[in-house]
Amino acid sequence: MIEVRGLSKRYGDKIAVNDLSFSVEPGTVTGFLGPNGAGKTTTMRLILGLDYPDAGTVTIAGKQYAQLAYPMREVGALIDAKAVHGGRSAYNHLLCLAQTNNLPKRRVGEVLELVGLTEVARKRAKGFSLGMSQRLGIAGTLLGDPALLMFDEPVNGLDPEGILWIRNLMKALAAEGRTVFVSSHLMSEMEHTADHLIVIGRGQLLADCTMEEFIARSSGQTVRVSTPQAEQLAKVVAEAGGTVIPGGTDGALTISGLIAAQVGDIAFDHGVRLHELTVVRASLEAAFMELTADSVEYRAAEDGPEDGQRQPTEGQPPALELAAQGQSAQGQSAQGQSAQGQSAQGQSAQGQFAQGQYSHEGQI
Amino acid sequence: MAVTTTQPARPPVLPPPTGRAGFGGTLSSEFTKIRSVRSTYWTLLVLLAVSIGIGAAISAGTAANWSHMAPSDRATFDPTQASVAGLFYLGQLVIVVLGAMVLTAEYSTGMIRTSLTAMPRRVTVYAAKVLVLAVVALVVTFAAAFIAFFLGQSLLTSTHDSATLSQPNVLRAVIGSALYVTMCGLFAFAAGAILRHTAAAITSVIGLLFVIPILAHLLPSSWYQDVARWLPDAAGRALSVTVGPQPPHLFSPWGQFTVFAVYTVILLAVGAVLFRKRDA
Repeated sequence: MIEVRGLSKRYGDKIAVNDLSFSVEPGTVTGFLGPNGAGKTTTMRLILGLDYPDAGTVTIAGKQYAQLAYPMREVGALIDAKAVHGGRSAYNHLLCLAQTNNLPKRRVGEVLELVGLTEVARKRAKGFSLGMSQRLGIAGTLLGDPALLMFDEPVNGLDPEGILWIRNLMKALAAEGRTVFVSSHLMSEMEHTADHLIVIGRGQLLADCTMEEFIARSSGQTVRVSTPQAEQLAKVVAEAGGTVIPGGTDGALTISGLIAAQVGDIAFDHGVRLHELTVVRASLEAAFMELTADSVEYRAAEDGPEDGQRQPTEGQPPALELAAQGQSAQGQSAQGQSAQGQSAQGQSAQGQFAQGQYSHEGQI
Repeated sequence: MAVTTTQPARPPVLPPPTGRAGFGGTLSSEFTKIRSVRSTYWTLLVLLAVSIGIGAAISAGTAANWSHMAPSDRATFDPTQASVAGLFYLGQLVIVVLGAMVLTAEYSTGMIRTSLTAMPRRVTVYAAKVLVLAVVALVVTFAAAFIAFFLGQSLLTSTHDSATLSQPNVLRAVIGSALYVTMCGLFAFAAGAILRHTAAAITSVIGLLFVIPILAHLLPSSWYQDVARWLPDAAGRALSVTVGPQPPHLFSPWGQFTVFAVYTVILLAVGAVLFRKRDA
């Protein structure tokens, strides 16, 4: 439905989008993910013809956006909910949009009803909260009853109630068979709504896959063991085909390639005492942050020194780094230790942070 | 039984589309926009108040002072110009605000992105804005010009020197003032399209219409006489004069108007090209 081919755009010296290609298939909810500054909004502006690409093409149902007979009947797009003349009432705002596409006046009342703004229809938009503005913007996208909806960061800045409303709305729109293309910098927003994911960083495509594929890629799990007989365990685990990633100072080992039960059995067979046996799983959020770690544009100052330690994990595609990711669970208990483990493995500061925040541990 | 995975078709909420979105719808949209913000009413109200009020004040003042005026002053007094002076001197400043804001307010609020998403054919949007502004400005400036004229003349009745529309040049002066002020609005619109910033557009248009003519007066008079006919504001002064000969250094009134119109059309064209080409 949306076909993006070789899209590039620079603003001055800054490359916003770099040779980006992907497509959004009809009837899906496609999540468009990337850290802030990754080029999501730029891409959406290029799709809508608000900005012109330096190279590449974008088509919607085979046509450029500006060539669509009735743009609002094919695409409902909301890039910025505050892009409204504050002096105009909600009703008149929607009316002037509807008129451009020869949509009947009654649609204005209908969409106001749909988003729950009927009571404030005659109020000027400048008095609207962000949540109300968001509803007004969404009302605008629904005027033409389009089959394709595009939202840029629709839950940004909303309160929990607003977030829930947007989520439910997106689900409802998708359930009606519409295509929804929605951007976010939070994986957690997509986990339960998107069928398909397009991940970009620094304007470039990082992943274009179904949600299942993304989960499969990122569900690499590791086993964390702590034992007073670390050396012995490392030896027997390696013999059994597991990979031991040296742990921190507490003698913990992180083992990949074996499941927790296998590690426990091996330890039992060789008389190794275990003090801890833990499954460490990378969450989708962690997977996403790991994937985009190198493309995060602005970093907090305290990350600076660690930045120098960040090295690309050689020969490993991002998905494989996820396995190593679980290792940094240690970071949760001891910071100094985790920094050590990190430099030993060339693991990213982002992975570390992500891990500490989001990883789930399954205790056996 | 096979489970169908296709979604049930949504019941249509709109009649099937025919043709394509074009100028007509965009024109209604732009009219809705201009009539649905308070700033439009404020500027137009100020325009009417200034045009009519100042014309009336000059006329009433002249009438009260008539008996003390020297015969030479009486002879050169231009009752038509006096009654519409508020419109073409100050009304042009007010319409500049309205004209510039038609487009710059969309940039300052961000509405332009929403507008161009609804209607991505930019030249259509631009043309609709120009037409709506022109029509609104014409209606209001014509109303201002005729009200100011008739009110001014009624206040001048006691002088037995008041003008009527049937006298030479009078209708031209009244209509010309309205057209000149409307053109100022379009000139400002074009400046807004080029500069995309309200304050910058208003300031530069006022500079061109007001400040440059004042500076031109500082030139040696022979130079000034060469330059004056090419200044955009000469149209207003030339059109509103009904008594006495035309200044020799100017073109005919409609000639001066044509000069201004050509400037405006060029600026509008530049604005259209930029509006079409630039990122919104």
